[in-house]
Amino acid sequence: MGEKVLMKGNEAIAEAAIRAGCLHYFGYPITPQTEIAAYMAKRMPKVGGVFLQAESEIAAINMVLGVAAAGKRVMTSSSSPGVSLKSEGMSYISGSDVPALVVNVQRGGPGLGGIQPSQSDYFQAVKGGSHGDYKRIVLAPASVQEMASLTTKAFDLADKYSILTMILADGTMGQMMEPVELETTEPVKYEKPWATTGTKMQRKHNIVNSLYLKPEELEKKNFERFAKYKTIEENEVMYEEYLMDDAEICVVSFGITSRVAKNAIVEARAKGIKVGMIRPITLWPFPTEVLNKAADKCKAFISVEMNMGQMIEDVKLAIECKKPVHLCCRVGGMIPSPEEVLAKIEEVNEGGER
Amino acid sequence: MENKRVTLFAGHYGSGKTNIAVNYALHLKEKYEKVVITDLDIVNPYFRTADSLEELTKAGIKLISSEFANSNVDLPALPQDVYSILDDRSAVAILDIGGDDRGAYALGRYETAIREENDYEMLFVFNMYRPLTPDAGSALEVMKEIETAGKIKFTAIVNNSNLGALTTKEDVIASVKSADELSHLSGLPIKMTTVSENLANSFNGEIDNIFPLKLQKKIV
Repeated sequence: MGEKVLMKGNEAIAEAAIRAGCLHYFGYPITPQTEIAAYMAKRMPKVGGVFLQAESEIAAINMVLGVAAAGKRVMTSSSSPGVSLKSEGMSYISGSDVPALVVNVQRGGPGLGGIQPSQSDYFQAVKGGSHGDYKRIVLAPASVQEMASLTTKAFDLADKYSILTMILADGTMGQMMEPVELETTEPVKYEKPWATTGTKMQRKHNIVNSLYLKPEELEKKNFERFAKYKTIEENEVMYEEYLMDDAEICVVSFGITSRVAKNAIVEARAKGIKVGMIRPITLWPFPTEVLNKAADKCKAFISVEMNMGQMIEDVKLAIECKKPVHLCCRVGGMIPSPEEVLAKIEEVNEGGER
Repeated sequence: MENKRVTLFAGHYGSGKTNIAVNYALHLKEKYEKVVITDLDIVNPYFRTADSLEELTKAGIKLISSEFANSNVDLPALPQDVYSILDDRSAVAILDIGGDDRGAYALGRYETAIREENDYEMLFVFNMYRPLTPDAGSALEVMKEIETAGKIKFTAIVNNSNLGALTTKEDVIASVKSADELSHLSGLPIKMTTVSENLANSFNGEIDNIFPLKLQKKIV
C-alpha cells in the first residue's frame, strides 16, 4: 500500500479499478456516481486504457460483455435507474460465465426516485433484478478505503470464479471524502483459456454465449453454475463483527448505515446496554452461519437499512426464526440518525416493540 | 490579510473551495457590513454553499445560489441574480466556482464585468493530497485549464492540502514544498494556508498566513 490520498468514494473505485488492471470502462452519467466516469475519462487516456461514454446504459453493459468475453478486466458503473437498464446485459454476462464488475451507487427509488442516498436496490442486487437462475457476488463497502479495497477484491473474485461481481454502494459512500491508501502491488493475473482472443489458427475457436436451445444442455449448465456458487458460499463470505462477544442485541447493517449504527452502539454501551453488530461485507454470499450462531446467544436482532426492510428477510432466513428481528429504517434519500438507531436499540432492549 | 472587493475561489475538483469560500465570507463579515457569497457550482449537485445557509444567514451574509441548489433537481442552473453582485459595488463579494475547467465555464459569462471593474482576486485552491494533483506540475496543468475555461487568470494560491478529519500538523508542513513549487512555477504568491481550527494553534511560525477553517462539512 502506498501514500495516503484524500478521495471521494467514487474516485476511489475508479482509481482502484485502474490499479487492478481494468483498462476498459464503459458508462453513462447519472448522479450520484458520475465522478467514476469523470475520473475514468481523465485517467484512462493517460494509462493507455479505454473510456467510452456509451449512448445508453444498455449499450455500455453490452460493451462490458464484449470485453469480458475477450478476457480483459472491464467494468461499468451507474446508479439505481441505470442499473435497472443494465439488468438484461447482466443476465447475459451471468449466462455466459464471464468476469466483470458492475458498480451501483444507489439513490432513492423506485422510478426516477431522487438523487439522495439509499439502499433500496438490495433485492435487485442479491435476489434477482435480471432474469434466470444466477447469483452474483455483491460487496458492500462502508468506507472510502473499502470502496477501493473491495473494488480490487471484486476484480479478483470475478476472475477467480468467472462471475459477475457488484459493488453495492450508495450516494453518501460515493460522495464522501476520506483518506485512502491505494494498492501499489501488481494485480493478480488469472488464466482465461476460454477467452475469445483469436485462434491464430492454432486451436479450436472459443465461443462465449448464453444461448442453449437443448434443455438437457441448459439444465446441465445451470447445475454446473450452482455447484460453483456453492463453492463461493463456502469460501468467500466476508463480514465484520463489532462488540459481539457479550452482545444480547445484534444489530445487522451494511454500508453507510453500519457507520451510523456503530455510533449508536457506542452510545448504547455507555448506557449499559449489551449491543453489538454484524456487518455483512458480502451481501451474497450472505454471512448466514455467523448470524445463526449469534441467534443462540442474542435475544433480539435489529436490521438497520435505508429501505423498507429488504436485508431483514435474509437475516430472518439466516437465524431460522430463533429470535425476533426488528427493523430500523429511513427511506427516500433520508439517512437514519444515530439517535434514531439508539432509540430503537433501547426500545428493543426494554422489550417494548413486538 | 488584504482583500479585494471580489474574491473568486476556483480549483480542482474536491479541492475544498466551497468550505474555504464559506469560511472566508465569515472572515470578511468581521470587516465589512455587506458581504455576499455566490454559488456558481454547476458541477456537483450534492455539496453546495447552500448547505451552510443557516450559518451564513445567522452571520448576516447574503447567499446567492441557484433556486435548484439543494432541491435535488439535478439541473446545472446558474442563479439569476449573480449580476447584482457585479452591479452593486457597495458589497464585498465571494464567488464559489465549480471544480476543474468544467466548473469554470460558468465563470466565462461574468468575466468581462469582473475584469472591467478590476478589483478582484482569483484564488486557486490546491490540495496536494487529492489523487489527480499530487504535485505542482499536475496542479499547474489544472490551473491553466481553468484559466482557459473561465477566461480569468489566477492572482494567488490557497494551499488547502489536507487529508480530511485525519490531517496532522506534519501533513500540512509536508505540503509546503509542493505549494512553494506551484508558486514558483506559476509566478503567483501563496495567499494563505488553510487548516482546520483545531490544528491552527499547533503551528509556531512554520507557515505564513495560516487561515483557520471554523466550519467543516461533516457527514456520518
